[in-house]
Amino acid sequence: MFLWFHKLGSPPHFYRIAGKWIPWLNWMFLVLLVAGLYGGLILAPPDYQQGESYRIIFVHVPSAWMSLFIYVAMAVCGAIIIIWRMKLAEIVLISSAPIGASFTFLALVTGSLWGKPMWGTYWVWDARLTSELILLFLYLGVIGLHNAIDDKRTAARAVAILALVGVVNIPIIHYSVEWWHSLHQGATVTKFDKPSIHWSMLLPLLLMALAFQVYYVLALFHRCRAEILRRERNSKWIEEL
Amino acid sequence: MSQRLSLSQAFAFLLRRDLLLALRNRAEYAMPLLFFVLVITLFPLALGAAPELLARIAPGIIWVAALLAAMLSLDSIFRSDFDDGSLEQILLSAHPVAVLVLAKVCAHWLVTGLPLLLVAPLLAEMLGMPAAAQPTLLLTILLGTPILSMIGAIGVALTVGLRKGGIILSLLVLPLYVPVLIFAASATENAATGFDSSAQIYMLVAFLFLSTSLSPWATAAALRMSVS
Repeated sequence: MFLWFHKLGSPPHFYRIAGKWIPWLNWMFLVLLVAGLYGGLILAPPDYQQGESYRIIFVHVPSAWMSLFIYVAMAVCGAIIIIWRMKLAEIVLISSAPIGASFTFLALVTGSLWGKPMWGTYWVWDARLTSELILLFLYLGVIGLHNAIDDKRTAARAVAILALVGVVNIPIIHYSVEWWHSLHQGATVTKFDKPSIHWSMLLPLLLMALAFQVYYVLALFHRCRAEILRRERNSKWIEEL
Repeated sequence: MSQRLSLSQAFAFLLRRDLLLALRNRAEYAMPLLFFVLVITLFPLALGAAPELLARIAPGIIWVAALLAAMLSLDSIFRSDFDDGSLEQILLSAHPVAVLVLAKVCAHWLVTGLPLLLVAPLLAEMLGMPAAAQPTLLLTILLGTPILSMIGAIGVALTVGLRKGGIILSLLVLPLYVPVLIFAASATENAATGFDSSAQIYMLVAFLFLSTSLSPWATAAALRMSVS
């Protein structure tokens, strides 16, 4: 078990394993995506209040979940980098950041598209929207810092510290923004009632969440492989490929 | 210095040294203060000088300006020490780096955060903030600006080795300043409109303790990364 873990941590081994997994992940993603979209867009009934436009949640909610999940994954990588200096964790951390930023952006865009027919405006300074926007800034900070430092191993350590600082701050930011919202205005926004969701809507939602998760792993593997090639371009095993 | 300094002596020594350096270099440290006053002057010019409007937005303006002024002054925490190599000596010392970092941040707050406290009443008066809100404003500045220095120190430590660290620094630090801004501005606003603001003050105290206990460690780790 430990040997397996140790081997997975070496970039050449990971490069090969990831290459083998990618076709399988492609199929998994495709099946989950089609099933989720079919369930969500065709099988699920329209909402009695929001009509058809609620269907955007099948993209919106999974991408919002992923935006948080990926930041936490980055922070875990950050801890691994600082404690064990593992090269693979550096690569995963750096490759995750643009994917996480894209999911955050997607969540914001779909959220505001849903907001237009529901609230009558694209943007409300709602607690969730605001903290999601700040999360996007945190992602961009990670990417910016990594680009600014030339030596990529130093950059990875800097980004690891930043990701850990960020993950301590995310709950604080989230709850202070929520509190700020409740201080400034009453609950004018009707929230989508999560617990009372019907299974015909919940099942496609979970399928989509799973599909997005697989997509993250897929995109991560692609980016990691590219990053490994870039970092180890002078090493011998790459010449042999 | 042949005999070894104890930890508290080292702390006091570093604090004294930084304050002395700031005293010899007064013009540089006056800049953030000037910037603070200037930014606040811009708002009545842009929004019109209607007294009731200014009084309503005064807490927000003062706090946004304080945030920007704090960010502008951050670079001076480690910059000169990084350039002349004394930062390496600090990292090499036998004492825990986090404690020494804390001394530097304290010195930085004394020369950049504390002056804001002195001009804030004047500016609050100029913006027509109700007199009842001013003690709360001063209290939030007293509690809030050290947090800004603590969080900012992490950002500076991460970017001190970079040639163009300034823009990156603002991207790293400003999102982390959001909670302080929210609670400090809303405490002042509550006080101005006659509500109780103790909850926000308690939150600021909690943030102050949290940042004082955690940020020196992160700053020390980031400095080791930047210097190596």
